[in-house]
Amino acid sequence: MALPHDGDEKLAAYAHPEKLVTTAWLAEHLGEPGLKVVESDEDVLLWDTGHVPGSVKVDWHTELNDPVTRDYVDGAGFAALMSRKGISREDTVVIYGDKNNWWAAYALWVFTLFGHPDVRLLDGGRAKWIAEGRETTTEAPEPQPADYPVVERQDAPVRAFKEDVLAHLGGKLVDVRSPQEYTGERTHMPDYPQEGTVRGGHIPGADSVPWARAAAEDGTFKPRAELEGIYQQEKGLAPDDDVIAYCRIGERSSHTWFVLTHLLGFEKVRNYDGSWTEWGNAVRVPIATGPDKGEVPAVRR
Amino acid sequence: MSEDPFSPTAGLPPAMAQIVEEFQALPERERLQLLLEFSKELPALPEHLAGHPELMERVDECQSPVFVNVEVDESSAVHLHVSAPQEAPTTRGFAGVLREGLEGLPAEQVLDLPPDVCSRLGLERAVSPLRMRGMTGMLARVKRQVRLATAAA
Repeated sequence: MALPHDGDEKLAAYAHPEKLVTTAWLAEHLGEPGLKVVESDEDVLLWDTGHVPGSVKVDWHTELNDPVTRDYVDGAGFAALMSRKGISREDTVVIYGDKNNWWAAYALWVFTLFGHPDVRLLDGGRAKWIAEGRETTTEAPEPQPADYPVVERQDAPVRAFKEDVLAHLGGKLVDVRSPQEYTGERTHMPDYPQEGTVRGGHIPGADSVPWARAAAEDGTFKPRAELEGIYQQEKGLAPDDDVIAYCRIGERSSHTWFVLTHLLGFEKVRNYDGSWTEWGNAVRVPIATGPDKGEVPAVRR
Repeated sequence: MSEDPFSPTAGLPPAMAQIVEEFQALPERERLQLLLEFSKELPALPEHLAGHPELMERVDECQSPVFVNVEVDESSAVHLHVSAPQEAPTTRGFAGVLREGLEGLPAEQVLDLPPDVCSRLGLERAVSPLRMRGMTGMLARVKRQVRLATAAA
């Protein structure tokens, strides 16, 4: 059975306040039946050093990705993963993580591909929980295997492939990487390793809105009015626009996908998880360099 | 006995060879736990380096703020100091492995370490290749600092 929504005032202003909980809400409801807490981090060992009591780790690389195909696990794989983690289809799942919830948002997006009915993010993530001095433990729970149905993954509504982006050229695209990655000055995040992209730049016509603009100092999401100021007033995006967001491997753009979809109520936002590691290396796809959006060329299909 | 050139420990100094053996002896999932142990054992910076960021070199290949300092003493032995945040246990673990594996080695032996020593821990699948690059970057910077220190001597 789903847990009650968080009635927090800041959250209430968002389009879908039921997709977020505050640290206070989580502390209050921790341990209640029907609530499952998932930590998803960039650092594969971080959960092991201490985590929200009762939480289970879900690793994006070793558990959400298919080991053979560059893709996510399929319905049977997801059902097996959920079963191992003790999560059933009726559970309310709250996901949190490091680095401003990048990987948590990514995991939430993957849960969305399988239509898990009630999945929420912890506003502020791991950093806020710890900064507030809330309880952590290194004790690993031993979840009772749950019965999770095999649900076919539905990519189309929230996921874009390279072909979709090619067909979408001229439409609204949001590049959430750093300004230097957008211009093509560099092909990886500042301070991050070079990840082997042949060319630097962006998808022609894409707007640059680095993901971090949506985050406040403490890692929580900015209030709705400020987010509207960035995406709607400044960038001219509208809630009924067809939007595709991308980054380098799809994790930072999951954060922006969450903002546009759940906080601002955009109806058709897709995350292009192939992102720049695919686009920047693909044969016969156009790119643009420099600070301008660039001309959208006619594409040979 | 001639050494198998394809063995994971081939060409490694004894301390590093022992660490690689320990990792290789474990099933993949448990290797992560061993890495966690190394992250816990990474010592804090000694007094003369703590609070002196100008003496430390940033490891850009790491996804977290990681800094290394290498000292080569009068007997040409290498001493490695690393600072890495508590929020980056994987990186701390790699730093701990390098520190324990290299501590006190003669400079030439550090320079002669095979460049693929990091991948010999058998962690690629459990940690992801992306996350392994930080450790390779750390080793490259350690060697560079050793080269600088020995050239100046």
